Amino acid sequence: MAEPASLTDTDTDTAIAGLAVSLRGVTKVYDNGVVALGPLELSVRKGEFVALLGPSGCGKSTALRLIAGLAAPTSGTLHLSHRQGETRLGRTIGFVFQEPTLMPWTSVKENVRLPLTLARAPAAEADARVNEALTRVGLSEFADSYPRELSGGMKMRVSLARALVTDPDILLMDEPFAALDEITRFRLNNDLLALWRNLKKTVVFVTHSVFESVYLSQRVIVMTSRPGRIGAEIPIDAPEPRGEDFRTSAEYAQLCRKVSAALAPSYSGQSAL
Amino acid sequence: MSSQTPPTPASPSATDTGALRVTRLLLPIVVLAVGTLAWELVVRLNNIPPYVLPGPLAVLRTLVADWPVLSQSLLTTLLTTLEGFIAATVGGIGLALLFNQSKWLEYSLFPYAVILQVTPVIAIAPLLLIYLPQQTAVIVCAWIVGFFPVLSNTTLGLNSVDRNLAGLFQLYGASRMQTLRLLKLPSALPYILGGLRIAGGLSLIGAVVAEIAAGTAGAGSGLAYRIAESGYRLNIPRMFAALLLLSVAGIVIYGLLALISHLVLRRWHESALGKEN
Repeated sequence: MAEPASLTDTDTDTAIAGLAVSLRGVTKVYDNGVVALGPLELSVRKGEFVALLGPSGCGKSTALRLIAGLAAPTSGTLHLSHRQGETRLGRTIGFVFQEPTLMPWTSVKENVRLPLTLARAPAAEADARVNEALTRVGLSEFADSYPRELSGGMKMRVSLARALVTDPDILLMDEPFAALDEITRFRLNNDLLALWRNLKKTVVFVTHSVFESVYLSQRVIVMTSRPGRIGAEIPIDAPEPRGEDFRTSAEYAQLCRKVSAALAPSYSGQSAL
Repeated sequence: MSSQTPPTPASPSATDTGALRVTRLLLPIVVLAVGTLAWELVVRLNNIPPYVLPGPLAVLRTLVADWPVLSQSLLTTLLTTLEGFIAATVGGIGLALLFNQSKWLEYSLFPYAVILQVTPVIAIAPLLLIYLPQQTAVIVCAWIVGFFPVLSNTTLGLNSVDRNLAGLFQLYGASRMQTLRLLKLPSALPYILGGLRIAGGLSLIGAVVAEIAAGTAGAGSGLAYRIAESGYRLNIPRMFAALLLLSVAGIVIYGLLALISHLVLRRWHESALGKEN
């Protein structure tokens, strides 16, 4: 067993000031000895939108789960920035899973409210926050609906509202739109970008879509598999705000080509197995 | 393409499903009517005496005539069943919750729950009647047969929690109690209700078995005791009447539990939703 990972929540360390997420030499080895990840070096600036791109099984979801604290790294250090004088409500992380992951037995409102319920937030404040989060994702009319009464895209919006309800600094998204049809995905991409511009959150977005990663992020991190490592980093310095014009621009096509080329070694490597 | 378009039939689906529903209700009733009629005819045409085989009319007449005795017995049996059912519900869910909180407890006790379940209750009842007061023994029998489906279904339900939802609860720092109350129990609810539906019928069986076993001791007054007693007295019509009441009681118990399950789950669970959804 390697040295245990540490998680600090101070901004006093000058080396990590200005960083929302910092991973140093982080590895994850499963009990059966399979090295899933690393060593991984990753820094995400505050307010940055970073996409983790890679083929299935390259450990990008594992990296996200490590950042969220849902799994413990085998070795290495992991830092998350922490708001000064944070209240109980202000949680650091919001997580959006690949599936909407809603509780089917209760209403949209109660689903969004869950993080506040678990933090035992005062009812009046929780109500206000739930309403605000639902308005942000455009679902305030559906507060009393049940998840099964919603479409796939709407369920994902509920999931997003739930992640936003605690007003976290960092939003971790694990292929959130992978199961949606393209039209819905494009709409949600635009909505997500608008939210990011308004709320200035740090976003780490895991995807296996080249097009999505280029469209959304400021930096695409291409990962290689077995074990998951960073293969390439491609800055996407297209002007903000991005919209449908960007999606059809020559610049977008060129960036997609570049990212695809960077991704190529990771799947040619797989075919050699 | 020059094929003619066929005439479109005037939407048949609505009337079709309506007719199908009526047919589904009607058919078993027709079978019942035909069966009862055949039974009555066989008894009359062959002049079979009622102490060998009473006709359905004779059974009904007995039911009405003996109603004061039979209704009292029905009440006794229903009360025993209810007590056994409540004990099974509390015991089954309670044990499942304990097992869920502690693996050690589960590993230590689960085999005995299985043994209790696979040993025929009819063989345990006489022993229980030796060591326990009769009323308690009857309830314990109802509990023994009823609690296992509740236990195993609840355990299954508690272990069927969505992995990502569990992760979410962990992320937001949910306490054990919060996870149990807000995640595990609601997830397990459809399974628990399924277990209760089985336990309802089984509690009645448990109560009847115990009453029959106790019947020879002669102190009971439930429906099963009436059946045993009437058997000794060759009062066959009353045996049938008591049996009919037991049957109806079983159907009503099942129907009630199915209705409760439907009402509780209708807004969210697949099992309670219409097929068109």
